[in-house]
Amino acid sequence: MECVFGLVGDGFVIVASDTSAVNSILVHKTNEDKIMKLDSHKFVAASGESGDRVQFTEYIQKNVALYQFRNGIPLTTAAAANFTRGELATALRKNPYMVNILLAGHDKETGPSLYYIDYIATLHKVDKGAFGYGSFFCLSLMDRHYHSGMSVEEAIELVDKCIKEIQSRLVVAPPNFVIKIVDGDGAREYAWRESVKDTPTAQPEALGV
Amino acid sequence: MVGKNCFAIASDRRLGVNLQTVATDFQRIFKIHDKLFVGLSGLGSDAQTLYQRLVFRHKLYQLREERDMKPETFASLVSAILYEKRFGPYFCQPVIAGLGNDDKPFICTMDFIGAKELAKDFVVAGSASESLYGACEALFKPDMEPDELSEVVSQALLASVDRDCLSGWGGHIYIVTPDEVREKILKGRMD
Repeated sequence: MECVFGLVGDGFVIVASDTSAVNSILVHKTNEDKIMKLDSHKFVAASGESGDRVQFTEYIQKNVALYQFRNGIPLTTAAAANFTRGELATALRKNPYMVNILLAGHDKETGPSLYYIDYIATLHKVDKGAFGYGSFFCLSLMDRHYHSGMSVEEAIELVDKCIKEIQSRLVVAPPNFVIKIVDGDGAREYAWRESVKDTPTAQPEALGV
Repeated sequence: MVGKNCFAIASDRRLGVNLQTVATDFQRIFKIHDKLFVGLSGLGSDAQTLYQRLVFRHKLYQLREERDMKPETFASLVSAILYEKRFGPYFCQPVIAGLGNDDKPFICTMDFIGAKELAKDFVVAGSASESLYGACEALFKPDMEPDELSEVVSQALLASVDRDCLSGWGGHIYIVTPDEVREKILKGRMD
């Protein structure tokens, strides 16, 4: 039921993911951020087993930071993607991480790029990618409406179309989505699409404690 | 497929997960050196891992021996690497094609645990291998020139992948002669 998708536009990459943390039939929370910032110009959007997802993406994030400390320059997106694939491939035959990853980044020399990394460590550079049950709807929508060099407005319109499709056609559709963008100026959150807000719990004073 | 002092190696371009097509520009044929190509069908991840290991071994060989590997030697290397993992294999069927001594074409394929199969005419691998055997057998002629070889390989590839739902989305062909390498992208039935 987890949906992660992304596409490359004109000098930027947009990634969107659902924000439900689910365990069997229970929804723990609806504002879980599954798109982690690797460094100033990279995002890793992950879907899969929650424990593996958090542990693996944090491991990648710390190693990317370590490279920057050791070498004084940040990793390129391609290098980060290949490192991630290497870690997944090494673990594959021992203790596989059940995490599917879309790695989005922007480099000064090569521009925006999006990498599709399967949980079996299949790496491929793509213009548009999606994981999860939502991918069955998103990929065809993106095939129809995507063209290279889309502007941010056009891309967001397409992302919203995808979100709307997922929410209307997927049986246990996630209510909320987060959209993040990476471009020359850096990696940042763009918007949330919320149809259900987490209600705050009662404060201790109100309970008379 | 072997021609007259040349060979052709071709693959489809689909990257899929069971019924879903993820990409239509997946690279399956890799250059080891100017006269040696290897095509890796099967699990995408293992194809990438195996390719990285093979390039590593070949670069080491180049440093030690100060020359490129012969195709026959390379085939033995691939076979050994695959059999190393006999009880936890790489799910990959390689197709190796190269020009050996005196630019004599060499082709071979192997199963996923490294059982070599040499041939004088053509070798095939992948989910559409049965179709490919039929198409190649019907269209093959010995001693074809590069242009005719390229035509025959294109027709055989497209005809076979059209009968296999897991293959397709175009074709990628390398025609290798002693002087040059020609790369062709084919547009077939994009389904």
